Amino acid sequence: MKQVIQIHPVDDFKQRSLGVLNDPAQRKNFRGAMDFLQSKRKGQFPDPDERESLRELGAAIRRYSLAHLPSLLEQLERNLTAQGVQVHWAQTPAEANDIALAIARLAGAKSIVKGKSMVSEEIGFNHAMAEAGIEAFESDMGEYIVQLAGEAPSHIIMPAIHKTRQQIAELFAREIPGVPYTDDVDGLIRIGRRVLRSKFAEAEIGLSGVNFAVAETGTLCLVENEGNGRMCTTVPRIHIAITGIERVVEKLEHLPPLLSLLSRSATGQPVTTYVNLISGPRKAHQLDGPEEVHLILLDNGRTQAYADEQLRATLQCIRCGACMNHCPVYARIGGHAYGTTYPGPIGAIISPHLLGLDSTYPLAFASTLCGACVEVCPVKIPITDILVRLRNEAMARPEEANLRGSGAARSVIGTAIWAVWSQIYGRLGMYKLASWFMSRGRALSPTEQGAWTRSRTPLIPAPKRLRDLLKDRQK
Amino acid sequence: MSAREAILGRLRAPQVEASLPDVQAWYAAHRRAENPSQRVSRLRQALEAVHTEVHDTTNVGWPALLLRLAAAKGLRNLLIGDGTAHGRRLENCSPRELQLHRYEQPIEAWREFLFDGIDASLTLARSAIAETGSLILWPDHSEPRLMSLVPPVHFVLLDSSRVHADLHAAISAEGWDQGLPTNALLISGPSKTADIQQTMAYGAHGPRELVLLLLHPEGSQP
Repeated sequence: MKQVIQIHPVDDFKQRSLGVLNDPAQRKNFRGAMDFLQSKRKGQFPDPDERESLRELGAAIRRYSLAHLPSLLEQLERNLTAQGVQVHWAQTPAEANDIALAIARLAGAKSIVKGKSMVSEEIGFNHAMAEAGIEAFESDMGEYIVQLAGEAPSHIIMPAIHKTRQQIAELFAREIPGVPYTDDVDGLIRIGRRVLRSKFAEAEIGLSGVNFAVAETGTLCLVENEGNGRMCTTVPRIHIAITGIERVVEKLEHLPPLLSLLSRSATGQPVTTYVNLISGPRKAHQLDGPEEVHLILLDNGRTQAYADEQLRATLQCIRCGACMNHCPVYARIGGHAYGTTYPGPIGAIISPHLLGLDSTYPLAFASTLCGACVEVCPVKIPITDILVRLRNEAMARPEEANLRGSGAARSVIGTAIWAVWSQIYGRLGMYKLASWFMSRGRALSPTEQGAWTRSRTPLIPAPKRLRDLLKDRQK
Repeated sequence: MSAREAILGRLRAPQVEASLPDVQAWYAAHRRAENPSQRVSRLRQALEAVHTEVHDTTNVGWPALLLRLAAAKGLRNLLIGDGTAHGRRLENCSPRELQLHRYEQPIEAWREFLFDGIDASLTLARSAIAETGSLILWPDHSEPRLMSLVPPVHFVLLDSSRVHADLHAAISAEGWDQGLPTNALLISGPSKTADIQQTMAYGAHGPRELVLLLLHPEGSQP
């Protein structure tokens, strides 16, 4: 099985973006998919008043949940434990993988079948299992396609959005033994269904993500359309659920508004085909379901966002993907260009906490701040404000650093230029003198002006300053 | 320090005020005024919009209807729960064309046959949700979880008087906050995926067909 190599966005973000921009086929795939998802979402919110008040409610629930996060996590753990679920805590991806590996080794597991889980992508789960000799199979159709191709998902909801039907047909014919070429979608899905059914039966462990965890009842809520999530959480002897620490709500009645916002914003459905509420392992008299259920709660930098009042809003996210579906940048460069598990606007604001600002700050700058993401976010995260804040953090002086990797975008030349600029612009005499020299010495302006002249004509000072022009008029 | 204590320790500060949102009030203000039969027709519309077959029948008439549908679909067999009243009703009809299997052993004992040999299943829904067209199932020992997932065709019986307006109404009316079973499900249509070029395909991993038999009171005109 091919493994996905983790890449870090600061390296080659621009090159990867240019690669997609110059690939008409990929751009067409993304544009078509984005138009489709945008119109589906729009169709689900015919009444703007209902939409806005529901978003307000969703945001209030998420803010309330985060304000009480430590006690909700303790309540969740208490209730789940009482119901027979084993709760584990992990500070880093390595700790999370070690917990899963320990469970797998104890069970003598050779293979793990996976439902869709972005957190498992975040921790490099498949790679860590492969190194320990355990095969992890993706069972969500999109994730299965992407795994078969040895790639990473390009969208958090629709992982294979970058591929055409014909590319998938070629991939299946090449990679699955005994499968002839067919580009009929029903036929392709039937092939996937057949291959994956044997994996569900063989695997000792099923891994899933969690959409919401409910503290008061000790319940894990998972939503999906395919049924692979239910397979993973029902057929194998052991179910491991993994989630970020922020995905907890207090009350069961907090679910209906959030589920409605999630499915309508993500895929333009009133509800997903399955809403799966899991509150414990199989009981003695029951005939199916896992004998063991584990929950791994992952931090991986989320507590850094939590500690800052403004950045805490990042954790309100319910991972619907609407921000990327409506982002003019994402629509043009696609998910892979970002080089992070979470692409698009949410990726730009969450990744600095997971990976450090030093390796992710270019993402915060790759935005026009148009605000489309803020307008559609179902839980009203002020994404553009956070992007600006992260830009400032990336330029921060060492003594004002708040985040891991703060100040990474500062350069000696840049700092020097701005120091000179502020000297000139802060003093009238200096300003008059400098502008006089510039207007008289305009012939000396460099023709190469870095990023500016890559697609623009050079900046040349005017022969006469505004001050001089005004003086001429007054004569 | 354990990971748990370290994480919780980092979450203790800063304290930000946020009041408990009034979810109840939002639903009270946005829930439409409708009578039970309007709710049932909203349920039907929502389910039909996602490729679900809906049939009106009665508590007396459903076994005959089910056998007719099964014959039309060419089903060889049907999985029923162990010791359910509706399962016995069907067994008492002793249909010749449709073989009945009971889910009476742990899955480990007969997984292959369930995955490869069963054509269809029949379960009861405890209630439903009109707004989203969702059937509510609480699988247990008599009708285990996989009955509504593995067979390619899934028949569901629903008492038409048990339709809630929305999920919030279902949770409050049925007191779910008092504790949930091991597994509770909302099912809204057959299994599906749009992962290949946004083209909808049914029967991704679960049932290809979902068939709802809506039970109306005897003698009523649905």
